[in-house]
Amino acid sequence: MHVLSTLAQIGSGNLGMPPQASTYAADIDWTYAFTFWSCTVAFVIIMVAMIWFIWKYRHRPGYVQQGAPAHSTSLELFWSIIPTIIFLVIFYYGFTGFVDMATVPDYAYEIRVKSRKWSWDFVYPNGAVSSHLVVPKDTPVRLVLSSDDVIHSLFIPAFRTKKDVVPGRFNWTWFQAIANAPIRTEGVSADDKLLDKELGLDYFDLYCTEYCGTNHSMMRARVYVREPSVFQEWVTKQADILGTMPPAEGGKYLYTAKGCKQCHTVDGGAGNGPTWKDMFGYKQPLVGGGSVLADENYIRESILNPGAKLHEGYSNIMSSMQGNITEDEITAIIEYMKTLSDKGPKPMEAWPDAAETPAAAVE
Amino acid sequence: MSTTTPPITPPSSPHSPSSSGGGGGEVNYINATKGIKSWMFTVDHKRIGLMYMVGVMSAYGLGGLFAILLRSELWNPEPSFIGGAEAGTTEAMNNAWDFYNQAFTLHGAVMVFLFIIPAIPAILGNMVLPIMLGAKDVAFPRLNLLSFYFWVLGGLFFVWVLSKGIINSFYPGMIEIWGPGGLETGWTFYTPYSTTTQNSAVVAATFGAFILGFSSILTGLNFIATVHMLRPKGMGWFQLPLFLWALYATAIIQILATPVLAITLLLLIAEKTLGVGIFNPALGGDAVLYQHFFWFYSHPAVYIMILPALGIISEVVSVHSRKSIFGYKFIAISSLAIAFLGFLVWGHHMFTSGQSALTNAVFSLITFFVAVPSAIKTFNWIATMYKGDIRITTPFIYILFTIGLFTIGGLTGLFLGCLSTDIHFHDTYFVVAHFHYVMMGSTLFAFLAGVYHWFPKMFGKMYNVFWSNLGGIIAFIGFQLAFFIQFIAGSQGMPRRYASYPEHFEFYHQVSTVGAYTMGAGMIIVLLTWIVALRTGKKAPANPWGGNTLEWHTTSPPPTANFHAEPTAEEPYDYSGWKYVSPEEGWVQRTPEEREAARQQLGTGH
Repeated sequence: MHVLSTLAQIGSGNLGMPPQASTYAADIDWTYAFTFWSCTVAFVIIMVAMIWFIWKYRHRPGYVQQGAPAHSTSLELFWSIIPTIIFLVIFYYGFTGFVDMATVPDYAYEIRVKSRKWSWDFVYPNGAVSSHLVVPKDTPVRLVLSSDDVIHSLFIPAFRTKKDVVPGRFNWTWFQAIANAPIRTEGVSADDKLLDKELGLDYFDLYCTEYCGTNHSMMRARVYVREPSVFQEWVTKQADILGTMPPAEGGKYLYTAKGCKQCHTVDGGAGNGPTWKDMFGYKQPLVGGGSVLADENYIRESILNPGAKLHEGYSNIMSSMQGNITEDEITAIIEYMKTLSDKGPKPMEAWPDAAETPAAAVE
Repeated sequence: MSTTTPPITPPSSPHSPSSSGGGGGEVNYINATKGIKSWMFTVDHKRIGLMYMVGVMSAYGLGGLFAILLRSELWNPEPSFIGGAEAGTTEAMNNAWDFYNQAFTLHGAVMVFLFIIPAIPAILGNMVLPIMLGAKDVAFPRLNLLSFYFWVLGGLFFVWVLSKGIINSFYPGMIEIWGPGGLETGWTFYTPYSTTTQNSAVVAATFGAFILGFSSILTGLNFIATVHMLRPKGMGWFQLPLFLWALYATAIIQILATPVLAITLLLLIAEKTLGVGIFNPALGGDAVLYQHFFWFYSHPAVYIMILPALGIISEVVSVHSRKSIFGYKFIAISSLAIAFLGFLVWGHHMFTSGQSALTNAVFSLITFFVAVPSAIKTFNWIATMYKGDIRITTPFIYILFTIGLFTIGGLTGLFLGCLSTDIHFHDTYFVVAHFHYVMMGSTLFAFLAGVYHWFPKMFGKMYNVFWSNLGGIIAFIGFQLAFFIQFIAGSQGMPRRYASYPEHFEFYHQVSTVGAYTMGAGMIIVLLTWIVALRTGKKAPANPWGGNTLEWHTTSPPPTANFHAEPTAEEPYDYSGWKYVSPEEGWVQRTPEEREAARQQLGTGH
């Protein structure tokens, strides 16, 4: 099956490139096809000439070598100048295509992309945050990229978009999505289906393409293209995602959405960071001796200043979440951790202000 | 000049090589003196070349082993091979991925720094450069030995890093004692990852690369001095064999570019150990600055790897086609042009880094110009075969593979020099495939062709033609299987340096892994043919191919002083002076009358 689908992909019109889902993809594919066919012709000429000469002038009984000139300036100029012209044509198309990719329309919708080992945050103008990228269709979108630690790179093959995410500076790129992704049927685990019950399985892949350590290859996300009205609805709801669920459930959502999952397990398994299973309410051994009770303050401190009291057996690799997390979100995570510990108190069933409302109503 | 005394041999005329041969009672550079010290302290360029051969081929075996390991891990998307036993736990997955990251890093670092860069210049260059010049040795023989020991020392740093990693994985307790081993930064050591990773092996590895750089610089310096000072009377620059033009151009890059790498690695070590903020933004540095420094060396270094290979193609195509190389001057000058332009294109590694659109455009344009000399060379090789008298020998077959791989590698480079398509292909398997075609395919196969071409001269032995050809054909098929499909995976968007990958790439990876195993099998056959030939090979004639560069004017293997009598310069690609006698005798000199007749006959074509 793989062989057939692979051959079908290669044989399809765009020479093995992914679907064209952005405005500039077709232009890049055209340049690619032009270069491809120029190269194919050149390759065939070279190989046919080589094999033909070897056959025709091979040493054999009765073959007498004839003399041939050892150089010919006009011939050599010919095969210097012709390739140069073809190269310049390829350069020209590559350059003009690149200028389109580098020129952002003034009215582009702006999404901030924050990255760290090994997760992405997509921050929308209304404050909504998501771990998968959702973009409005037929609308220019400008991504402003920043990294908290090392260099990452954002790559969306279907859009032909790629830009390094460099710490210490903002990079940006843009695209305009013109098509939605087909719904996935293979390669999706049951887990994934649960996670994306709202967004669905019609997504493009987004990869980190600059090597960034252990879980580099898992630093992937999904790109959803939505009709502008559907997008608007989603982004409005997403801005207050915590308000729509009880705190502990919100913490569980953030565990995945904020990328905590990359290092911390919730089932007692090992990871790059300590497991959250039975952490809340227990004393935690520290690097350099001593211990600390894992209460609300310790967890808050460890999120905002991970190196302050380092858990024994782990190194200080977590980036501070300072500026990337709100007080409500910290609360939600603490409430979620309570549900994971047999010593944890019963978590809040609802957000404090929501809980007060019924009481106020009684008054 | 050589400091060793030429052994006293019966003065055999260099123009009657049929009277001489290897082994037997003849005194040659291999049997002239005995004992380990006579090798360790030798200043004979040929012995140094052989010692490099042992070391560099060991490094190649090590790098190849890592290639096999990492391709095995990539057989399926999940951690499959290493540490995957307790499948599913985060710890097992992280271990598997750390292992993969170390495997691809050491594969790259060992192959680049310890194998490809020294392979052709240090082994074949050392072996034949002085002989091609009719000289007794390189200009600075002791410096030559020093550069070998720098190579060994630099290599030891990598062995240290590697052994620590292996021992740690068996005895995790050792991490507490001497810190983590292995190396997981990629061979490029990009900052700030390399300066912030907990892995202390970064300093050891970069220092190893720093020392290897000196080995490279000293070899380059030696070759430049030798080519300038030790040419025989009558050999002008345009009678220089093209392999030497290639080595000369390479040497210029080595001495100009390698110091930049040394400075860069020192700055990296300073940042990592002293906390000086140079590249890490958290310390006030600039992350992309490192990439500029690094590629200012490493792009020219690509030409350090490929130019000598192109030189071998020119030699082998001409000798085995029995025809003067077509367009000698264009080929010679194109080597220098590549060396010069190679310094001006480093920015094409950073099209996605956020450098300005104008900078990108300039680097893209210059990159297309560097493609022109490579195209010229290819056309000239094909034209050399035209109206030749082609002997399809083992070196020639390997060179055909090289030309095929170099053509694909070169042409696919156009997609990466082109701005808009590079944005898509950058850091995908397309790039992986491209540079393996150029660096590994072309350079490796040219190196093997060179070894098969000069093997009779180096060791005085012939090899089994059937098995040598078969090994090459299997390796070639394996190579194509392993890497051609990576172009397609890359255009589909498969990112490089991925330990795990989306399921729809599985097919590509499995084909690629099968190809890697096939290639490994071919390479084992190749190495076995060498070993068998050394032990039981037939005695090689002085001139088995009828070449006219000066190394074919002396015995096989040559005496320590290279020649029994001082040779005179020859037109390197004029084959009219040789006639074939028999496999045992090889080619022998024609009498002046016969030579005149041969010239007359060939002259009719003008």
